[in-house]
Amino acid sequence: MSGSNNKKIGIVDYGVGNLYSLRKALREFIDDVVIVENTEEINRLDALVLPGVGSFEAGMEGIKARGLEGEIKKFAEKGKPILGICLGAQLLLSKGYEFGEFRGLDIISGKVVKFPGLKMGIKIPHIGWNKITLSNSTKPEGDILNSIGKDPYVYFVHSYILEPIDKKAILTTTIYGGYQFCSTVQKGNVYGFQFHPEKSGQVGLRIIKNFVNLVKAL
Amino acid sequence: MENIRIIPRLDIKGTNVVKGIFTEGLRVVGNPKELAFKYYKDGADELLCMDIVASLYQRNFDFDLLRSVSEEIFIPITVGGGIRSVNDINNALRAGADKVAINTYGIKKPKFLNEAVKKFGSQCIVLSVEAKHRNDGTWEAYTDGGREHTGINAVEWIRKALVLGVGEVVITSIDRDGSRKGYDTELISEVSKFCKVPLVVHGGAGTKESVVKVIKKTKIDAVAIATSFHYGDFKIKNLKEYLFKKKINVRV
Repeated sequence: MSGSNNKKIGIVDYGVGNLYSLRKALREFIDDVVIVENTEEINRLDALVLPGVGSFEAGMEGIKARGLEGEIKKFAEKGKPILGICLGAQLLLSKGYEFGEFRGLDIISGKVVKFPGLKMGIKIPHIGWNKITLSNSTKPEGDILNSIGKDPYVYFVHSYILEPIDKKAILTTTIYGGYQFCSTVQKGNVYGFQFHPEKSGQVGLRIIKNFVNLVKAL
Repeated sequence: MENIRIIPRLDIKGTNVVKGIFTEGLRVVGNPKELAFKYYKDGADELLCMDIVASLYQRNFDFDLLRSVSEEIFIPITVGGGIRSVNDINNALRAGADKVAINTYGIKKPKFLNEAVKKFGSQCIVLSVEAKHRNDGTWEAYTDGGREHTGINAVEWIRKALVLGVGEVVITSIDRDGSRKGYDTELISEVSKFCKVPLVVHGGAGTKESVVKVIKKTKIDAVAIATSFHYGDFKIKNLKEYLFKKKINVRV
């Protein structure tokens, strides 16, 4: 492996969601995993993880209240790796439409909308294991989806979905209630997973390992 | 049909996983950390860990124990037993839980369910209901690990709790618990007719066929199983293969 192993990954604590299982999963592959919530700390990191479960508005409010919005955007502009999970992935987009219209981090152009047009009787939130399929329009960059097999199962908990404007930003799709949606979004070194890799067993751990390897190789 | 989740249930008392029949006559079946890891490796879709005496003794779930159980497990974990404050939920999440199951305190103070949903989101708050058949053909909700009567109609209680925003329901049939006599499909049908959030059923799995039956006869999202897994009637993997053969979607 090229690059040094003294890399540091920070999980941004912006007040929503369970950071502990994510930290535990990252620590399987890298020692230096910290929880951060101010701009100075973010400056010293090699990669950022945006976790989160909860509403779009609460998420953005949490980021703004800590003055982190500009810092996270700068981090992306420098080409440093960012991993967004669930709400953390949604916040990477331009706008969210959960309980109103709210501005996101706008690192990837697009919006976050409620699941449209599901088959009768299909329950929302979408909770449980579902398959991710590599999108036709793109091929994985940076090997983030290395060695996970074809169409593996991962764990989802969400009611809203990612809709990037550039279809090339769609790395994987998933079908729920007859509707195909974007389950992984990517732009350069910025990745957003609608599912929870830290709760997706061996497949999820492999994805986290791939992300850590990508950080270590920088 | 979406995927049916297979959820091993660990009833915890002190430092042991225990299991009884009709929520009584408890026997020690193993070590929580070891069993949880075994089920994770065997292909469990989630784990359900319940401290069955926490409410009764007015204690909290043993969060240190939970931390050790969750350490090497990378699937969702629901934790229940003695949860009665926002602080308890925070502690559970910090110790590795993804969802908390609430029964006793929700019945005592329904507003707490709504408060918890507002703070943590509905996906985090699971209503746990222990139901026992009554002579008039209805079911009564029990609390404190199936020990205390409430006089409350269990089905009506679920209806009410859904309005309060709970994101999932786990229903245990006390009459079938540990009996291996099959699920109470009557009770489950009654609830699945109106339950718009995921429904997890527990109590009575004895054969793989009994699991097929409850999935085909009612509309559920997951089965929680304790006795049959603990005593090796069948393994998670065998059950999933069997369900798959019966054209039931499972994660394989």
